[in-house]
Amino acid sequence: MSLIENRFDKNLIVTTADYFINWGRRSSLWPVTFGLACCAIEMMATGAARYDIDRFGAGVFRPSPRQSDLMIVAGTLTHKMAERLKLIYQQMPEPKYVMAMGACACSGGPFVKDSYAVVKGVDLIVPVDVYIPGCPPRPEALLEGLMRLQEMIKKKTIAKISHSKLKIED
Amino acid sequence: MNEMRGIETEEMIINMGPQHPSTHGVLKLVIKTDGEVVSEITPVIGFLHRGLEKIAERLKYQQFMPYTDRLDYLASMNCNFAYAATVEKLAGIQVPERAEYIRVIIAELNRIASHLVFLGTSGLEAGAWTPLLYGFREREKILDLFEMTCGQRLTYNYYRFGGVAQDLPAGFIEKAKEFCDYFEPKLKEYNDLLSYNRIFINRMAHIGVLTPETAIAYGVTGPNLRAGGVKWDIRKNEPYSVYQKFDFDIPVGRGEVGETGDAWDRYMVRIREMGQSLKIVRQALEMIPAGEYCAKVPRMFKPPAGEVYCRFENPRGDLGFYLVSDGSQNPYRLKIRAPSFSNLSVISVLGAGTMISDLIMIVGSLDIILPEIDR
Amino acid sequence: MTSQEIFEQLKRKFGDKILTCEEPAGPVPPCGSGAGNSPALAGLKIEPAALPEVMSFLKDSPEFYFDSLMCLSGVDYPGLPAGEAGHLTVVYHLFSTSHNHKIVLKTTVSKGAHFIPTVSHIWPAADWFEREAYDLLGIKFEGHPNLTRILMPDDWAGHPLRKDYQYPKEYHGVPHS
Repeated sequence: MSLIENRFDKNLIVTTADYFINWGRRSSLWPVTFGLACCAIEMMATGAARYDIDRFGAGVFRPSPRQSDLMIVAGTLTHKMAERLKLIYQQMPEPKYVMAMGACACSGGPFVKDSYAVVKGVDLIVPVDVYIPGCPPRPEALLEGLMRLQEMIKKKTIAKISHSKLKIED
Repeated sequence: MNEMRGIETEEMIINMGPQHPSTHGVLKLVIKTDGEVVSEITPVIGFLHRGLEKIAERLKYQQFMPYTDRLDYLASMNCNFAYAATVEKLAGIQVPERAEYIRVIIAELNRIASHLVFLGTSGLEAGAWTPLLYGFREREKILDLFEMTCGQRLTYNYYRFGGVAQDLPAGFIEKAKEFCDYFEPKLKEYNDLLSYNRIFINRMAHIGVLTPETAIAYGVTGPNLRAGGVKWDIRKNEPYSVYQKFDFDIPVGRGEVGETGDAWDRYMVRIREMGQSLKIVRQALEMIPAGEYCAKVPRMFKPPAGEVYCRFENPRGDLGFYLVSDGSQNPYRLKIRAPSFSNLSVISVLGAGTMISDLIMIVGSLDIILPEIDR
Repeated sequence: MTSQEIFEQLKRKFGDKILTCEEPAGPVPPCGSGAGNSPALAGLKIEPAALPEVMSFLKDSPEFYFDSLMCLSGVDYPGLPAGEAGHLTVVYHLFSTSHNHKIVLKTTVSKGAHFIPTVSHIWPAADWFEREAYDLLGIKFEGHPNLTRILMPDDWAGHPLRKDYQYPKEYHGVPHS
């Protein structure tokens, strides 16, 4: 939960603020560079000139998690790397979002059955907002996933959420 | 200034990676530094170890082909080529001539695509954004050709035992020739933009000098070895497929702007190799015969019991497959001798005594790729 | 030089320490025949204790000059040849850049606490290959400067490439089934 959320009751001022805050947040999602394997190259190709993720505002890949709000886990996650994934996720400031790009990040991919060292899906370690299947997903698929995330962000609100819906994160 | 002499300094042990923009993947470098100068460097690998060799033992031979793509994803076709050719040698399968030509054309185009990513990331390490975008722009054209052929942009699974999965589509040869004409002047553009740029030369020359003796002792192969002046290329010295039919050169480092074997030489060898690959592709496109695109291989494929070690010239060096077969449908043991594994091991020698920013350039100039190292 | 010639010369110099030379004889049988059940143990078989001497000789002598270690692999050949308990074999593929010849050498230890002498002081390339063989197969190399796990996490249990390896159920709380 970031500082501004969950303090106000729902009213007109909040809905107008919601509109602008959500517009700002979804139009400038800065990803942290977390390319692990092959999907990282398709992520780079999405950032390059032909597919150009920057027109969605998400082209500023930050090396530091402290300066980013989106983590695109692109590639296979192994048990050795899982702890570091969690550390990087915890270092990101709120609000933060995670996209699992590629079959390996979604559920283990082609390594799910026979590998002894692969984590079967990134969502065993961090909460995932959008799953993008493919091996590797085309750049257009990554952009579609980004647009779905932007739709999700459109629906968020800074107003108070009732206790039953409040998620406690540690 | 007199007070400064009495100050005690300590060495710091800092961590570079595994999440780092410049380590080309999930590589951790534990660096002991005294200020900016690195005294000791220890690479820690294994963050992308997926157990490919064990997977090979549990799958049939044909089922393992897509996994060779994920071994070195920038040169997937070359890895496919190496695995298919190793199994063919073990089983004694003859590949039709047209299939060999298709294999060579596709493999050399993939070599160009791999070196384009190297060009882009080299520029990025030095702080230049434009070569990355230029490299990817050309690469997209090659990926268009691959998509025409097999439907995929990155991990292709195109080669089969005995040939390739399907024939070249109609219009491929014309489009490939168009690409060759389009790409040739780009090499001069890269040289003007980056290679002979004074800032780039200052960043890359005289650093990370790798002598031939050290390189051979550490098992370094490929452009890293050739940059030291050693004219060794498996395509010429132990030719496989139809490489002996083509006329091409092997670029070696000459110490043009620095010392022989420095980072700039390693970079320039790859740029020149792109030109030579283009030459091979042009010749192959002219000479490609008509015929079958794949030999007949039984569905229940059981090669005879035995073992074989074959090596091939990948964009990063010597890719070797040591295959032990027990006559069943699954490989008994498949050991993948990846070029980047040995290329990276020399960093402890090259990196000692350099500045941290030079270390980044040295790691970049070795052109390593982590899934190959970790398998 | 062929393997047979190299074997003759080594046999003359080192005597019984070079155990056997096996090269697959005859043409390769046609694909699909699946002939035989055991992998042919091609190459020169050496006793582990003789390894440093023989390897140094192969590297330094002018008529051989094997200056390049192409590959060092571990193989788990259980129960081969018939009657022997589980053994771990290390296979060395050597190459000479000046004479342009290759050779394959093998040495075997049992899966217990026995050690194979290291060759990392002869070819620095062997350093990481031996660590990998230790990590994935449990082959211990005597005299290695840093015999620790290289690919698996440091606290991983077991050696994955062994034929009798059981996959883990979980690792640090993350399920793996």
